[in-house]
Amino acid sequence: MDEQGIYAKLTEIFRDVFDDDRLQLKPNTTAADIPDWDSVNHINITAASESVFGIQFNSSELEELRNVGDLVATIKKKTE
Amino acid sequence: MPGLTWLPQDPEWKSNLKSLPHSDSRWASLMALANTQMDFVRTAQLDRQLAATPLSIGPEPIKIALLSSSTADQLLPSLRVAALRRGLRLDIHVPDFGQYRQALFDPNSMLVKLPFQVFLFAIDAHALIGDEFIADTEQAKTHLSSRLSDLAGLWRRAHNRTGAQVIQQTLMPIQPSLLGNGEYRATGSPAAMIRAANVQLRALAAAENVDILALDDRVSCDGIAAWHNRALWNHAKQDVSPAAAPMYGDLVVRIIAARRGRSAKCLVLDLDNTLWGGVIGDDGLDGIILGQGSAQGEGFLDFQRNAKSLAQRGVILAVCTKNDEANALEAFDKHPDMILRRSDIAAFVANWDDKATNVRRIAAELNIGTNSLVFADDNPFERNIIRRELPEVRVPELPDDPALFSSTLADSGYFEAVEITKEDLARGASYQVTRELRQGLIATSDIAGYLESLDMELIWGRFDPVSLRRVTQLVNKTNQFNLTTRRYNEAEIAAIMRDPDAIGLHFRLVDRYADHGIIAVLMGRQNSRDAIELDNWLMSCRVLGRGVENATLSIVVGEARRRSAQTILGRYRPSTKNGMVRDHYPSLGFCLSSGQEGHETVWKLDLAMPTVAAPHIRIKEITGG
Repeated sequence: MDEQGIYAKLTEIFRDVFDDDRLQLKPNTTAADIPDWDSVNHINITAASESVFGIQFNSSELEELRNVGDLVATIKKKTE
Repeated sequence: MPGLTWLPQDPEWKSNLKSLPHSDSRWASLMALANTQMDFVRTAQLDRQLAATPLSIGPEPIKIALLSSSTADQLLPSLRVAALRRGLRLDIHVPDFGQYRQALFDPNSMLVKLPFQVFLFAIDAHALIGDEFIADTEQAKTHLSSRLSDLAGLWRRAHNRTGAQVIQQTLMPIQPSLLGNGEYRATGSPAAMIRAANVQLRALAAAENVDILALDDRVSCDGIAAWHNRALWNHAKQDVSPAAAPMYGDLVVRIIAARRGRSAKCLVLDLDNTLWGGVIGDDGLDGIILGQGSAQGEGFLDFQRNAKSLAQRGVILAVCTKNDEANALEAFDKHPDMILRRSDIAAFVANWDDKATNVRRIAAELNIGTNSLVFADDNPFERNIIRRELPEVRVPELPDDPALFSSTLADSGYFEAVEITKEDLARGASYQVTRELRQGLIATSDIAGYLESLDMELIWGRFDPVSLRRVTQLVNKTNQFNLTTRRYNEAEIAAIMRDPDAIGLHFRLVDRYADHGIIAVLMGRQNSRDAIELDNWLMSCRVLGRGVENATLSIVVGEARRRSAQTILGRYRPSTKNGMVRDHYPSLGFCLSSGQEGHETVWKLDLAMPTVAAPHIRIKEITGG
């Protein structure tokens, strides 16, 4: 899947998880930019991404996903 | 992902969530949203709306303590939303991580001080029996029994404080096998101990009056990967994956609801394409699909067997069908493969009234609330009418394949029972006796609003080569809504197309849920300058009760006027199957012209008089072709 498509779907996931329809994602968006992005919501985002993109993150990916850019790159790699 | 597959999908879910009212109707709107299919993200969204709902709206919350050995945050929205699905509200208290045991014994803890009504013990396999292989068999057995008796001590602690309901979840099979198929021989392997613990937990729970949350059974349906993700366990100590949380919540709350007498009591069954394939009134006793080695027929038998077993364990069965009663009963009495018999059915309603009215009738006859009913019908139209008219009735989304009816019904948990009593086992017989005695109050249902919301369009045209095959099929297959039962072959119908005095019309119905295709056919002839005589009028029973007949008549009236006719004559020829249209013409405003009851009759409509309106259906003509 191309980056644009991933960003579109990921934006929808973030908007649903954080109940914020105006939320915009940039590659350098991190947990610090979104107040409710705590450890529980972090898992919710990864778990929702797994079902939406039909992938599964491995242990190292779960730990290393620090910002939106990382997440998109990992999803891109896994859906290629 | 273990989905809530028995719930309908709501295409408007997001906008409905955003437009939740703030008035007293908010609770009903929240409940309606909770009764649609949703994943854990939507569940959390709905939970936030629930949290923003004042306690003055909705019922008094049930206080529940969630004693979990692992991370439980991902389960809380699903528990609250599953309660909402049943019109309940939960106030969940979770002790600090890893502190549940101490909290049960600490006199200053919330667990001891507050009057909890439910204690849910969500102990994972790591915590209950550990991850080590115990080589010595006796030592392994002792280890297990001491862990279980320790757990039973915690249950008693919870029980004795408040007389609360105690729920113990079984262990998910999260450990790898050490031997493989012969695992059971290694008593002390973690995988074998999980299996043994689940057996012993059940016996212990029964003795201690504790209810079992059978996660292991659910995992055997969905697969462990759907429920548990080892990487997520290592990362965040989540035993149940977020994706499985909505199902987890529903499993827990159906136990809580069952203890409060909120499980359904009665299964209301449709007949055609629900208990057998095909339409008994049209296909006849030897035409319906049931058993006989056909895969579909075996699927319907499966469902009948399942319904029979449910009846034997105390669920009341009722039939609600749009059929002539004689046709419907004939299948029960005479079809050799039927598993369900008349004596299994406590209330048998076969007529042509709308199903909401009939469902009320069934509840009244059985003297139970409509909120105790589960309505099983293959037809989405009927399911939606019940959901709309009687939102308290549980209406599972039956899948297309009858092979999956039983598992869908089981997955719904609508008949959840925490125990089985002597009364349950004897219930069928008692209803048989009362069945004939009871007469209930029946309110009529105003379905005008529902019909309007269907956004129906009746598209009509003249017989043409494109429609020829379907028209011929309908003319020769339809038995019930068929005014004269005159059959025509393709050549005869093709001849009508070429004859300027002959009238041959077909009607197709489209609504917001489906394109039903050609569902009605009308044939007639202009025999004199001022009269049109209808030779036949037939319609598929699938679209009954929507006012299609009235709309059809208005089209015929237009056609008659175009031909400068002043009257329309309609003929009714009784058959053994078409009793339902005996009053078809008089109900449309026709007057008797000749003949007498029980025999062929001819009815007359004077076009100078106003005719019946069809308010809920738009009409469109297709021309050319």
